[in-house]
Amino acid sequence: MALIFKDETFRDDFTYTNSPATIRRFPFPFIEDQYRYSVNIEPHTPGPKGSVLEFPFDIDEHYVSEMRDRAMVLQDDPGRCQALPHMMTAQWDMLELVMVALARDYPDHFTLHRDGAHWHWINKPLKIDQKFVFGEVNSLPYEPMEYIGRQVQGDFSIQDQRDNQLWMDAGIITSQADWSLDFDVGMNFFEWHAPVPLAHEAGVFERALKFLLNLQIGKPVRRLNWTMTINPRLDTSPENYPKWGTDRTTVTPENVGKKVHLRVEMQGLFRLPRSNAILFSIRGYLMSLEQIVTVPKWGRRLPRVLKSLPQELVDYKGLSRYRQTAIDWLEKYDDGAPTTPGNGPD
Amino acid sequence: MSGSLLRRVRVAEVEQVAARIKRFRFVDIDNAPLSEFSGGSHISVVMHSGDRMMRNPYSLMGSPTDTSSYQISVLHCGKDSRGGSQFMHENVAVGTELEISEPLNLFPPAKLAKKHVLLAGGIGITPFMSMMNDLDSLRSDFELHYGVRSLEEGAYCKYLQSRYGSRVNIYRQDQGQMIPLQTILGEQRLGSHMYVCGPKPMIDWALQTAELLGWPDENVHYEQFSAPPSGTPFIVKLAKTGREIMVKGHQSILEALEENGVDAPFLCRGGACGQCETGVIACDGYIEHNDHFLSEAERVSGKKIMICMSRIQTGSITLDL
Amino acid sequence: MTPITIKSRPVYPGLSPDLNARINLIVCDKGGAAAVSELFARAEPPFAKRSTVFVADTLSTSEMETLKKELAPAACEFLPTLSSGIGRLREVLNDAPMGLRLYAAGTEPLIGSVVQAAADYGIDHLSIRTEHRGSLMRRVQCVHCKGFIENVTTNPVTCTHCGLTLFVRDHYSRRLAAFQGVCIDAEIPGDVPPTEAIYQ
Ligand code: HEM
Ligand code: FES
Repeated sequence: MALIFKDETFRDDFTYTNSPATIRRFPFPFIEDQYRYSVNIEPHTPGPKGSVLEFPFDIDEHYVSEMRDRAMVLQDDPGRCQALPHMMTAQWDMLELVMVALARDYPDHFTLHRDGAHWHWINKPLKIDQKFVFGEVNSLPYEPMEYIGRQVQGDFSIQDQRDNQLWMDAGIITSQADWSLDFDVGMNFFEWHAPVPLAHEAGVFERALKFLLNLQIGKPVRRLNWTMTINPRLDTSPENYPKWGTDRTTVTPENVGKKVHLRVEMQGLFRLPRSNAILFSIRGYLMSLEQIVTVPKWGRRLPRVLKSLPQELVDYKGLSRYRQTAIDWLEKYDDGAPTTPGNGPD
Repeated sequence: MSGSLLRRVRVAEVEQVAARIKRFRFVDIDNAPLSEFSGGSHISVVMHSGDRMMRNPYSLMGSPTDTSSYQISVLHCGKDSRGGSQFMHENVAVGTELEISEPLNLFPPAKLAKKHVLLAGGIGITPFMSMMNDLDSLRSDFELHYGVRSLEEGAYCKYLQSRYGSRVNIYRQDQGQMIPLQTILGEQRLGSHMYVCGPKPMIDWALQTAELLGWPDENVHYEQFSAPPSGTPFIVKLAKTGREIMVKGHQSILEALEENGVDAPFLCRGGACGQCETGVIACDGYIEHNDHFLSEAERVSGKKIMICMSRIQTGSITLDL
Repeated sequence: MTPITIKSRPVYPGLSPDLNARINLIVCDKGGAAAVSELFARAEPPFAKRSTVFVADTLSTSEMETLKKELAPAACEFLPTLSSGIGRLREVLNDAPMGLRLYAAGTEPLIGSVVQAAADYGIDHLSIRTEHRGSLMRRVQCVHCKGFIENVTTNPVTCTHCGLTLFVRDHYSRRLAAFQGVCIDAEIPGDVPPTEAIYQ
């Protein structure tokens, strides 16, 4: 089925919004009424038809506008896309993985013809028609990671594997939850996770790393992460914090339903075959509280989860200024009835 | 599920490449393309001999970008009581169907190295075949030092010399040639990395020589594919189910569990990947740690065992399974 | 020792001799030089004989003389600034062989700069032996304008490039040899806590 792409913005006038069908497929991240960090990793196997898990790389109605926002971010700050020199093989690995998946899963929108190293890629929504030689950087307008990264929703980082560690040695990151690729490039798994509270002590990262070091070709895994964002803004980078930080003080009981968005990251981890690197995809979904409460189970559960958070997590995720306002507003939708396990709508 | 996805393959070619070494080429049973892999990767080959199942790791040797077939080399070790390599030599021919795992890389080249110094002894040449392929196509600086008993016993000597020229140095034991390791390691530029694969004494010698010449640990890498050592039979008790399972002399704990239908995690089956790490609840024997994964402190604690490789001398061990 | 705070913050375990190294190359500042002479005292003369010490700091002639004696029989070179010291280090590393062991002793900016330069020559940070001595001052990168602020002793600190008031985090990048500085009053402009001199 062909998707219909919206024309909308993630800055200034913020015209972004989800259509009713997109609300239903939102990956609500809470499987119970409370939240704690855990090693929440599961096989990245295909989910139900139409769900965000149907395909390894999910494309939705926001595709074209998100790609436009990414291009603007990169225009202003090229440092949001970086790759250390030894990551070229991994960049090609990523390009292949993404192109093959998109052409297979969305044949109405993407086509890939391969004749040996001679590839022909057609991206209809973005009106791109590119012939190139696989493995030859000069045959593309950008390096391979940036080339395909400008054409697929979600942020991406590529981790080299050395000395029983993963090293974030490349990435295209334009819609991050307040961390800097430019600063973190070259760090290992424990180092780039250093600012996260509680999880190190709980052994979460140690176990997750051991698991990832043995990640298999053809057996990707995924996990969910979440935070909250004021306004449907994609670029909440530390670089631009002075531009979006003030938003956090603008939440009132009147506008909280519209302004405060739950921001969910569906993260995929793929072993890349030629480079032995790991591709990390961070596919973000934004939904306003107003839209969340249209699903009764989510409306009940979200205020309970927000109340259950340890203070360290509230501070780390930057919720302190508006959490209570959000809880007060959301509680109108919580009738106290028990919620069913799992995250889907009832 | 434990282990990795298995794929059915057919043997497309068998070649005697040296006195006791055969090369096998596998193709997918439906001729589907195989995964590409990175230099230094290996696969596990699953063999069924009667009611016994064996799984041995073998390095992939071909070009990592050739997806039409995989190639491995197998040394026939006569004294190998476990029989994997013997089975490959005596029971596997063109047309035989086998199962293999997806490639796994526990011996990757260090991508930041300024130069790669590869040391191979005998069948230890195999992981370097694909590694050199990668290094060559990346135009990385490398040299190979390859010790063989004789030209008849050494696999791929001619091929390597014709493909890589002066970057390949071969030393023949039958002519009294030794790898001049002191000199080789003494003359490398800063930022070089050494890799060694071969028999255990060779690995120990290489690691020690590097250390004595002031090479930092971070620049030294080794891969040792040892079969799980045999020993005397003992009892494994499973804490969660209360079952007791006998581990025979030629079996690993993992193999004994599998033979009894217990599903335990594993990947490399060679003591390197860490996947089969298992908690020890009680043990009345002495644990022989044969893996390359646990730290010295973890061994001393006696609380962990790698069940693909390690065993106890006598008595019984209770595992957190 | 510097306190262990978060996992990206380097730890400096203290200098210990590599008795197998054929060349020991040691970079230090005035404060770090004391750690180097303690190292030599622990390791006996043959170790010091195989060592070269680059003292990258502004020193008087008499200070140099004293240090030279103290560090003998190691060869001593004096470089007037950290950046000239790093320049000299690069020269030597450029055609050095394996068997060279690198050490760094002094302030964090000194150690960080040595580790950063060494990476270009294929030296793993874990193989460098380090000891922190002297001031707790930090090198900070402003995450907004990407400028580096040297010798930071206070938190918050004003960015010398873009003028924003920065909170100095413990998050540290080895590649940049710097801590991260993030605008402290982005949410309520002007709401700045008092400046504390905590990295003296
Ligand atoms: C290799 C792929 C991964 C990459 C590149 C990655 C990257 C990141 C980054 C950059 C952050 C933000 C840290 C900051 O505040 O500066 C983060 C946060 C976090 N990561 Fe990962 N991560 C990866 C895998 C994982 C895995 C497998 C886990 C599983 C336990 C995990 C758990 C977390 C948690 C719990 C947080 C805190 C998020 C929050 O509360 O908002 N990460 N990750
Ligand atoms: S299976 Fe890899 S260490 Fe045991």
